[in-house]
Amino acid sequence: MTAFTINGQAVDLAAAPDTPLLWVIREHLKLTGTKFGCGIAQCGACTVHVDGEPTRSCVTMVQDVAGMEVTTIEGLSPDASHPLQLAWITEQVPQCGYCQSGQIMQAAALLKSNPNPTRDQIVEHMDGNICRCGTYVRIISAIQRAAREA
Amino acid sequence: MTERLQLHIRALSRRSFLITAGATGIAVAFGGLLQDASGASVAPTVEGNYRPNAWLTIAADGTVTIMSPASEMGQGIMTTLPLLIAEDMDADWHKVRIVQAPSDAEKYGNPGFYGVQLTGGSESTRGYYKMLRLVGAQTRKIILASAADMLNVPVSELTTEPNRVVHARSGRSLDYGEVAAAGALPDPLPQATDADLKPSDQWRYIGKLTVPRVDVPSKVDGTAIFGIDVQLPDMLYGAVLRAPVQGEQPETIDDAEARAVPGITHIVPLPYGVGIIGETVEATKRAKDLLKIVWTTSSRIRSYTSDRLLEEYRRIGRDLAQAGVSAAAEGDAQAAISKAATLIDVDYMSDHVHHATMEPMNATALVTGGTVEIWAPTQGPTGTQGFAAEVAGTTPDKVKVNTTLLGGGFGRKAEADFIIDAVSLAKAVQGRPVKVIWSREDDVQHGKYRPLEAQHVQVGLDADGNIVGWRHRIVADSIFARTMPQLFESEGGHDSVVTEGAHFNYAVPAHQIEYIRRDNGLDIGFWFGVGVGYTRFGIECVIDEIATAKGVDPVALRLELLKDQPRARKVIETVAQMAEWDRQRDGRALGVAYSDAFGSHCAQIAEVSLDRETGEIRVHTVWCAVDPGIAVQPRNIEALMITGITGGASHALFEQINIVDGEVQETNFDTYRVIRMSEAPDIKVIVIPTPENPIGGVGQVGLPPIGPAIANAVARLTDGVRLRHYPFLPERVLAALNA
Repeated sequence: MTAFTINGQAVDLAAAPDTPLLWVIREHLKLTGTKFGCGIAQCGACTVHVDGEPTRSCVTMVQDVAGMEVTTIEGLSPDASHPLQLAWITEQVPQCGYCQSGQIMQAAALLKSNPNPTRDQIVEHMDGNICRCGTYVRIISAIQRAAREA
Repeated sequence: MTERLQLHIRALSRRSFLITAGATGIAVAFGGLLQDASGASVAPTVEGNYRPNAWLTIAADGTVTIMSPASEMGQGIMTTLPLLIAEDMDADWHKVRIVQAPSDAEKYGNPGFYGVQLTGGSESTRGYYKMLRLVGAQTRKIILASAADMLNVPVSELTTEPNRVVHARSGRSLDYGEVAAAGALPDPLPQATDADLKPSDQWRYIGKLTVPRVDVPSKVDGTAIFGIDVQLPDMLYGAVLRAPVQGEQPETIDDAEARAVPGITHIVPLPYGVGIIGETVEATKRAKDLLKIVWTTSSRIRSYTSDRLLEEYRRIGRDLAQAGVSAAAEGDAQAAISKAATLIDVDYMSDHVHHATMEPMNATALVTGGTVEIWAPTQGPTGTQGFAAEVAGTTPDKVKVNTTLLGGGFGRKAEADFIIDAVSLAKAVQGRPVKVIWSREDDVQHGKYRPLEAQHVQVGLDADGNIVGWRHRIVADSIFARTMPQLFESEGGHDSVVTEGAHFNYAVPAHQIEYIRRDNGLDIGFWFGVGVGYTRFGIECVIDEIATAKGVDPVALRLELLKDQPRARKVIETVAQMAEWDRQRDGRALGVAYSDAFGSHCAQIAEVSLDRETGEIRVHTVWCAVDPGIAVQPRNIEALMITGITGGASHALFEQINIVDGEVQETNFDTYRVIRMSEAPDIKVIVIPTPENPIGGVGQVGLPPIGPAIANAVARLTDGVRLRHYPFLPERVLAALNA
């Protein structure tokens, strides 16, 4: 059994301790906003926060988050009102949208530690998150907007 | 099993637009109903009982629920198509809810694309445009007729405002909801013609920058439901271990260890691999790694080595004695070239590339007796019905396909292999749904890659540098031979999607295009832009090579060759202004390219620099001007140009599938390199709508020009060093620099 907190709720799961956190989140807890992209921490689609740190849930075993606080896209804000989520809509960032939960979670961690990042800092921080629709320029605009309007 | 994609093409009869068939929605396709203050939203189910036709219903509260017939894979189509209906029926966009249409080609097939539900070819808006506007116009006439009856006035005295019928003479009006609640459908239903369409100066939604996409809110809070997100009661999970080489089969299966994994319920031998079913994803993944399979070794694909084959294709392209199928012939190009003063005689090549959709292949199926239900991120619900029926031993009408959102498609999800997995496994556990998820390694190694392709281009110039003849020989395997065999045959062995884009609008006196088909057996498929992605690479680079030979500016040469093409000239002139084409840059250069493919005009200029030590190209900024004719959603068109340019730069610079003795060498994003944020150019787009022209395609329009624009910029930066082989890997760039 592994006990941790997800989006503020305590859970205690019977999943094998070496189960990737990603599959626990998606298929045991049915929080499907967090996506499977590569399984080897190369694309960032599975990014969640573990004790506030952006973490690739596909290579994090559930036993590694025992007693910790996990936040997924569903828990980023109570009503999709995080400045990044609003900026993402204003800038019309998503195309297919599959990578965007990971992009937003990765960006949220940046703004938390650096509320006014430069363009270069944004690019450096976001470079591990692949968007196959190539929405990078709008992602940058949305992060800049969120920083401005937060 | 041969994985063919038969589209069940049928002759298109003249469609009657309004049938009183009821519309039924799909409950699973979307997440929470999102109220977006700025427009319509997606909904899980149809509301309301007023059903003028199969496309929409109106509820008593005025909610208008509209069906979206095409697959939403990021291109914004589930906003674009319903918006066309909303425009002409004069719906209030804020009251519109959009539901993904079920698989039913009879009702929802694309009249411009074989009459089926297949999203691809940049054909959705083009194909549905006229019909959906007429559906809207006719709906409005039906509402007016119902309202006239309710108000006891002649229809001719009624007008509409959004979601409201107005009788100005008496000052009375009825909300569409009131009509829906109390009105009766007229019998017979009135018909609509072009004369009933709203004139463009009265459009409220078409062409407006202020209409946002309906799917976006669900894509920022995790509620959007992609295929992989489907959850059903009693659902099992499936994985498939596929043969490492296409065409091989399991000879012996040792599944003792795999079966022992807790949660594994079934091991299912398949003609092309071994399926695993279990209670959890992690169990199926663990068991898959423990399977011990001896594969057959008889597949002809074992002799497929991409490097060697591409060199062979290049030689065949150059060997003019090897005749191909004529794809187009205007004038006698060969004769003209033989008398030319100057001959440009070059080869352009492209390696296999993979779709690498962010959402890996997956599908969920439930087989119960003779019926099948599928939930899948598919571009082709109609084809899916056929394939699933074949696997399940039933008929296509017994197969219901719920099309979810697609986490990228790019042509890969027009295939049926992942659907066949799910149906094959679900068949083994009748009555319980099975969700099959491919690993990224499965996805990369079992793709339907863009064909390996070599093109030989010969252009003859007279003493003044004018083009006298253009000969274009394209050597590649066929996509249609596998996917649309009847079409391939009916076109006499010409694969029109492989040679797509070779035909251009430049004025040349003689033009000959040949397709030399190779057949080395690999299942190749439709990639983003399909043939245009490489044919325009050759053409647009050759145009620059001609400019160099002639000693003229590449923009000026294009304008000269397009002097009778005002739309083409406009996008080229616009992009040249945007980029300040004549301004010299320190250590950087600009390259231009243009395309008229998919019925739209698109010109791009790339600003690049080059590290001469490492051979790495950097694309700094790309300017793009596009004229799609009618621009239904200009802001989304801008987004799609960004997608095409970024993805096109990715494939021109990095993307490459290598196959050695039939085995794909790349496995995941660590070896199949795609563009990242730090490598992506800044992009400036101007959309130039010309609503007086026919509507053009948009989805793939942004991709073809970027590769040649980059190559042309490199040539201008390096005093003529030409890159003629996609991708422009650093070692290839260095080799060209040192040649």
